[in-house]
Amino acid sequence: MRDIYLDNNATTKVDPSVVDVMLPYFTEQFGNPSSIHRFADGVAKGIKKARGQIQELLGCEHDSEIIFTSCGTESDSTAILSAIKAQPNKKEIITTMVEHPAVLNLCEYLEKEGYTIHRLPVDKAGRLNLEAYKAMLSDKVAIVSVMWANNETGTLFPVVDMAEMANAAGVMFHTDAVQAVGKIPMNLKDTKIDMLSLSGHKLHAPKGIGVLYLKRGTRYRPLLRGGHQERGRRAGTENTASIVGLGKACELALHYMEHENTHVKAMRDRLERGIVEQIPHCFITGDLNNRLPNTSDIAFEYIEGESILMLLNKAGIAASSGSACTSGSLEPSHVMRAMGIPYTAAHGTIRFSFSRYNTMTDVDHVLKVMPDIVAALRNLSPYWDGDRPVADPEQAFAPTYS
Amino acid sequence: MWDYSEKVQEHFFNPKNAGAVKDANATGEVGSISCGDALRLTLKVNPETEVIEESGFQTFGCGSAIASSSVLTEIIKGMTLDEALKVTNQDIAAHLDGLPPEKMHCSVMGREALQAAIANYRGEEWSDDHEEGALVCKCFAIDAVMIEEMVWANKLRTVEDVTNFTKAGGGCAACHEDIEAILEKVLAEKGEKFDPDAASIEVVSEKKEKKPLTNLQRIKRIEEVLDSLRPQLMADGGDVELVEVIGNTAYVNMTGACNGCQMSAMTIAGIQQRLMEVLGEFIKVVPASEMSKLVTIGA
Repeated sequence: MRDIYLDNNATTKVDPSVVDVMLPYFTEQFGNPSSIHRFADGVAKGIKKARGQIQELLGCEHDSEIIFTSCGTESDSTAILSAIKAQPNKKEIITTMVEHPAVLNLCEYLEKEGYTIHRLPVDKAGRLNLEAYKAMLSDKVAIVSVMWANNETGTLFPVVDMAEMANAAGVMFHTDAVQAVGKIPMNLKDTKIDMLSLSGHKLHAPKGIGVLYLKRGTRYRPLLRGGHQERGRRAGTENTASIVGLGKACELALHYMEHENTHVKAMRDRLERGIVEQIPHCFITGDLNNRLPNTSDIAFEYIEGESILMLLNKAGIAASSGSACTSGSLEPSHVMRAMGIPYTAAHGTIRFSFSRYNTMTDVDHVLKVMPDIVAALRNLSPYWDGDRPVADPEQAFAPTYS
Repeated sequence: MWDYSEKVQEHFFNPKNAGAVKDANATGEVGSISCGDALRLTLKVNPETEVIEESGFQTFGCGSAIASSSVLTEIIKGMTLDEALKVTNQDIAAHLDGLPPEKMHCSVMGREALQAAIANYRGEEWSDDHEEGALVCKCFAIDAVMIEEMVWANKLRTVEDVTNFTKAGGGCAACHEDIEAILEKVLAEKGEKFDPDAASIEVVSEKKEKKPLTNLQRIKRIEEVLDSLRPQLMADGGDVELVEVIGNTAYVNMTGACNGCQMSAMTIAGIQQRLMEVLGEFIKVVPASEMSKLVTIGA
C-alpha cells in the first residue's frame, strides 16, 4: 500500500510538469533577468509568460497587477502594512477571528503599536455576520483583511460581497486566498478586491514563491525596497525558476478546476459519509454547504488529535489536526474555539485535505482503518466506557487543573 | 511531527496497564481539558504493606501524554506509597529516554496524578503546587509563569536580567519579544514602565556594594539568593539548603531531584555564579558532604 497524502491544505506535491519547466532555469537560463546577455535571454520572457498564466487563473485585468513575493505570509504582510503606510491617518483594521496566523499575528503586533483591530466573530458553522461587519466599516478603517477560504474547515467567506461593502465605504479590501486559489473559480476584474495573497506551494508549485495581486489604482507602499524588480514594488532578484513553475501550476489549476469541483469533491464527500456512518460521536466542522471542495475537518469526540495522527501515520496516512499538542501550544486551534466547539471535541479534530493526486482507493483505505484507530484511543480515554461516552462526561471526569 | 524517542513510541503504540484497575482503592485525576491533556490514574494498594499491586491509566491526550501515563504505571508497580512519592517527572521522562521541551508537562502530569492518587488513598486533599504557563523559551523549556515569578521576586528589568535568572532567552533569541511583553506586563502591575534601554540590575547592585560584607550580611545575602533560585529548583523537583558558611565558602545540601542528578554539578556552578554576581565577591559553593571531610582533617 502506497502512503496516502491527505494534507494538501498544508502543502502539496510539486506537479512533475511544473518541475520540468523549472529545470532549465537552474542550469541553462540561470541569468539574472535584468542582465543583457544570452544567459538571461529567455528569463524575462519566462516571467512574462508566468504572469500571464497567473492573470488567467485569477481573472485579473492586467498582468502588471501580479507582484511576485516569497510566500503567502509576505504577501499578507505587504498588503496590510502597505495599506496603513499609505493611509497614515487611518488607525483601524478589520479582520476575522479565524484568519491564518500570517494575518492574526501581524494584527496583534499592530495592536501593540496602537492600531485598533476589529476581529469579526463566527457562528457555530464558522460563518460571519455581515451586519456586524457593515457596522464596523468607517473612514477610520485602513484595510479589511478577510480570508477567502478557511485553511482548517475550508469554509468560504463572501469576500466578493464584503469587498463591495468595503469599497462603498471607501475602505481598502485584502483577501488571503492561499487556500482558495486554484480550487474555486475567480474573476478578480469583476470584483472590488484590491489585494489578494496566493501561495505557490498550495497549488502544486514549489515552496518559496507567492503572489500579491494589486488592483491597478490601489494606493501602495512596498515592504522591501531596493532594486527595480517588480517595478520597484518588491525589490530583490526574482526567483525565476519558481516563478516559471508557479505559472505552469496556475495553468494546470485552471485546467483541473472542474475536476477539483467534481472528482476531488466526490472523494471528500465519500470519506465524510463513510466516517460519519461508521464512527459514533464525530461531526464535520465548518459551513457544510459552502466549503472548498477538497477539505474535510472532522471532530472525533473524547480523544486527542495528535494521538490520532500518530496512529494514522503508522497506517500510512498523512493528515493534520487542530489539537493543541500538535503545535505545542496550550490551546486547541483558534478556529475551533471561535466556532465554540467544546474542548473535548476541538482537540480531536482531524483535517483531511485532498488533491487531484488522490484516488477513491485512498478513501477506502482511510475508511478501513479509521474506526479501529478511534476505538483504540477511546479505550484509553477517561471519557469513554465500552461502546459509548460515560454518562455526563464533564461531571464523570473533572480533573484537578494542573 | 515531534521527535519522539523509540521508548515513547513503544509506550504509545503498545500502552501498558490501559484502563481502570478493578477494585481500585486510590484514584488521581489531573490535567486540563483546555490544554488537551488529562489523566486518571487508578491504583490497587495493599492496605497491610502499602505496596502498589496494580496500576492503570485512562488518558485523554497526545502521544507523549499516553506514553508518560503508560510508563508511570510500570514504574510504580511494586513500590510502596512512600517510594512512589519520590518518583519525579524527570524519572518519568528518563524512562522514556527524554521528551521534547514542549512535552515535559506530560511527565509533570504523571507525577501529579500519582501524588493525587496517593493523597486520595490516605484521605488527604491534594492540591496542585505549581501553575504552568505557556512555554516561552523553547531552548531551555522555561514557561511564562516561571518568568513572571522571577521578574516579581527579583525586580528584574531587562531581557538580559531574565536570561541571567532563568536562562530564558539565552538561546536562539526567538522569545525576546515575548519576554519583553512579560516584563512590560509585570512592571505595569507594579506601576513601573518597561524601558528597553534600562541597565540590567547587576550593574545597579554592583554600584551599591562598596564596603566588604560582614559574615552575618554575607549569610543573609546568600539566603536571599538561594530563596530567589528556589522556585526554579522546585519546579524541577529539587531544592537547596544552606548548611554552613565558612569565610567565602558556602556549604549546601542539594535535596529532592537535585540530589544525585547529573545536572547537580552544573546547578551548583550556577548557584555560585549567581552568588558572586549579587554579592560582588568571590564565593565558593561546595556540597555539604564535603564539609565533614574538612572537619575531620581539621580535627
